[in-house]
Amino acid sequence: MATKLKKTDVVIIGMGAGGGTAALPLARAGAKIIGLEAGGRYTPTDFIADEIRHDVLNWLGRAKANWEVPTVRSSPDGVAEKGQGIIMMNGVGGSSIHYTGQSWRLSPYNFKERSETIRRYGASAIPADVALADWPVQYDDLEPHYDHVEREIGISGKAGRIKGVGKDSRGNVFEGVRRREYPMPPLRNSGWTDLMAGAARKLDWHPFPGPAAILSREYKQRPACDYHGFCTFNGCHTTAKSSTCFTTIPEAEATGNLKIVTRARATRIETDSAGRATGVTYVRGGQEFFQPADVVILSTYTYENVRLLLMSTSAAHPNGIGNAHDQVGRYYMAHSYYTVNGLFPGERLNRYSGTGAQQTCLDMWDADNFDHTGLGFIGGGTLSASMENKPMAMATTTPPDVPRWGSAWKAWVKANANSVGGAFVQVPSMPYVDNRLDLDPTHKDQYGQPVIRITFRIGDNEQRLVDFLTPKMEAWLKTAGATQTWHDPVYPLALNSHAFGGTRMGADPASSVVDKWMMVHDVPNLAVLSGSTFPSTSSKNPTQTIEALSWRTAEYITRHFNAVKG
Amino acid sequence: MEAKESDEGPRTGLRRRDLLRRAGAFGALVAVPAGLVAAPAVAAEERGEVRALAATEAGTLNAVLNRLIPSDASGPGATEAQVARYIDRALAGPFSDAAPAYAAGLAALDDYAAAQYGAAFAALPPATQDLVLGDLEAKRATGFVPDSSAFFEMVRMHALQGMFSDPVRGGNAKFAGWDLIGYPGIRMDYSAHDQRLGVKLKPAHHSAADFNIFNPKHGA
Ligand SMILES: Cc1cc2nc3c(=O)[nH]c(=O)nc-3n(C[C@H](O)[C@H](O)[C@H](O)COP(=O)(O)OP(=O)(O)OC[C@H]3O[C@@H](n4cnc5c(N)ncnc54)[C@H](O)[C@@H]3O)c2cc1C
Repeated sequence: MATKLKKTDVVIIGMGAGGGTAALPLARAGAKIIGLEAGGRYTPTDFIADEIRHDVLNWLGRAKANWEVPTVRSSPDGVAEKGQGIIMMNGVGGSSIHYTGQSWRLSPYNFKERSETIRRYGASAIPADVALADWPVQYDDLEPHYDHVEREIGISGKAGRIKGVGKDSRGNVFEGVRRREYPMPPLRNSGWTDLMAGAARKLDWHPFPGPAAILSREYKQRPACDYHGFCTFNGCHTTAKSSTCFTTIPEAEATGNLKIVTRARATRIETDSAGRATGVTYVRGGQEFFQPADVVILSTYTYENVRLLLMSTSAAHPNGIGNAHDQVGRYYMAHSYYTVNGLFPGERLNRYSGTGAQQTCLDMWDADNFDHTGLGFIGGGTLSASMENKPMAMATTTPPDVPRWGSAWKAWVKANANSVGGAFVQVPSMPYVDNRLDLDPTHKDQYGQPVIRITFRIGDNEQRLVDFLTPKMEAWLKTAGATQTWHDPVYPLALNSHAFGGTRMGADPASSVVDKWMMVHDVPNLAVLSGSTFPSTSSKNPTQTIEALSWRTAEYITRHFNAVKG
Repeated sequence: MEAKESDEGPRTGLRRRDLLRRAGAFGALVAVPAGLVAAPAVAAEERGEVRALAATEAGTLNAVLNRLIPSDASGPGATEAQVARYIDRALAGPFSDAAPAYAAGLAALDDYAAAQYGAAFAALPPATQDLVLGDLEAKRATGFVPDSSAFFEMVRMHALQGMFSDPVRGGNAKFAGWDLIGYPGIRMDYSAHDQRLGVKLKPAHHSAADFNIFNPKHGA
């Protein structure tokens, strides 16, 4: 029997990027919040710069994520096998602890990809097997919240389009219009990012420094970045990374209105006979508890969001919560990571130093920033050249004509390991109708619960985009001085830290799971936060959009608390 | 804590008050300067006994590693870097799931070498050993489950990890791997000048474990 706890106003499941952000506006408004977090709290010692511990073993995911790795297959008739690779972590702050901190606003186009494509290129430009939908939230709706997040957690960058000011070519001239400048300047440029910015200018392109959730200056009593170089897959030992555990969460806790229960694994969202959420059942130290609440926020990352909804079956929700129309798990999307490498013989690039959010970017071929007529694909990609190339990557990035081991390999890396640079793009996938998440019929986690099964492929749209971008990436590197370029083919990365869809937002309950406020259509006191709500992807990293949407949902809940709780 | 407050100041421009603030952001943490532990990591390198592999298996593995990352004109290889020690510790610890695949794969390797080239792998001349490894890589060698390239890729991946990961893991002894690729070793910061093109940094030869802030004995 679960121990029944005292009722609270709001319970948040998962204190990561989304949940950790939502907590702050709620706490400031006076709501009493319980945060249930499967992981614990970390200290700088845990963030030792050890590639094996973090990049290879995903030690920070040991509480839970590593035990429930989804299975993967490429078509609905296939048999799914355990996914390869590491993804999310557990802890107060969630994956905002070990993320790279590239912190983007999406482009206005990304919120209306369907209608913009039809308007400009006709309905036939959308592939037939794609369920593309506009977002019920537009860039202008989210702009105030992007701005809140940037100020609140501290984002470094250079604006390219400020309202009433016009374009500034030192920033991204393709970005949506912003109300003001970033709260602090971009991260330092390095020799490598300068080299690539100069090459882009030679080509008449528009390079700009990528925005970063890492402090370029002391900000709100946190120190500026030291550029020590073990940021991705690892937490920041100085707190210069704007993870929610250093920003919104401690601020929310300081109000006295947020209490976090660590090592608490939510197992079910409970509902009453009318179908409304009544609270959350969780397990801590082998004991089961029931935490009643007026409002429930689910923010456990895409896979666990879908799993918890599907596992929370009841008389009112026989197929799982939000799933009356078989929509939970649908329209799954992910980024394919694609690099073109270049060799700069004799040049010491020193890319091992610094941080991955220290980068030169190009937005000219992202979104609909260029004419797609006759190209055979829609959407685009942001190109980037960045720092933080760790030793293991230095030693293993070799061109196809060099052996992969032995004396010849060794001589090559000795001569060239510090002379390899790359141009990178995150290839967005379309919401193909067959790509989805569901409960795996055979594979279980360590508690005997089914893990998520991912059905995912990419198609012609993605391949054509890559074919279009590759020559540009090669030209960029060659103009910068590369004498040789090479790349692997693009491949689908089903299991992904940029995983989208599964609880799509939309106006129509028959084709989506949550409404424009991220509240579940048939459970109005349950919100879902994460990339799982995105109806389409962009090429940009998702977290600042997750955080802005979370801020907006939290404000909605505080403003309409009585109506929401019912 | 060996490092004094004044040791920390010039390094990162932090004052004690700032350190305490940082510590506050981590919850109940004690402020820890990022300086060096008194004794460097060399002592840790001297430890390390064979744990997961039988002696003959370890002998075959050593011979393989010696060809994957040979000691040659480019400098020290897997032997000097103690890559085998890295793998052995990993198999006794976090990679214990892979231990059976090593035992089976190393046995299959010796069988294949004997059948095709007339001797156990370690007894073959280096050029022949390279032929055998080429057969494995190309999936041509028989007797492996599921196939020889799966075994080859696993060993190659672990060998690279052992050569280029932090010495705290048992490999990369005397920073042989990092010196090979021109990676200077763990540092707590890089200046704007350090990040310019062409700048050659003196090898710092530090493991992450050399820093107080990453050392559990000092850090928490
Ligand atoms: C290596 C890496 C680099 C990345 N780099 C970037 C980047 O540069 N820019 C960017 O925008 N994004 C980046 N990302 C992605 C980013 O981490 C995610 O977009 C973001 O963290 C997602 O937020 P979330 O709140 O949905 O999930 P999370 O931040 O993962 O938070 C979910 C939380 O829920 C908890 N939880 C899960 N299940 C339960 C349960 N049953 N009960 C209780 N708690 C539970 C987890 O422990 C976790 O703390 C990166 C990710 C990785 C892994």
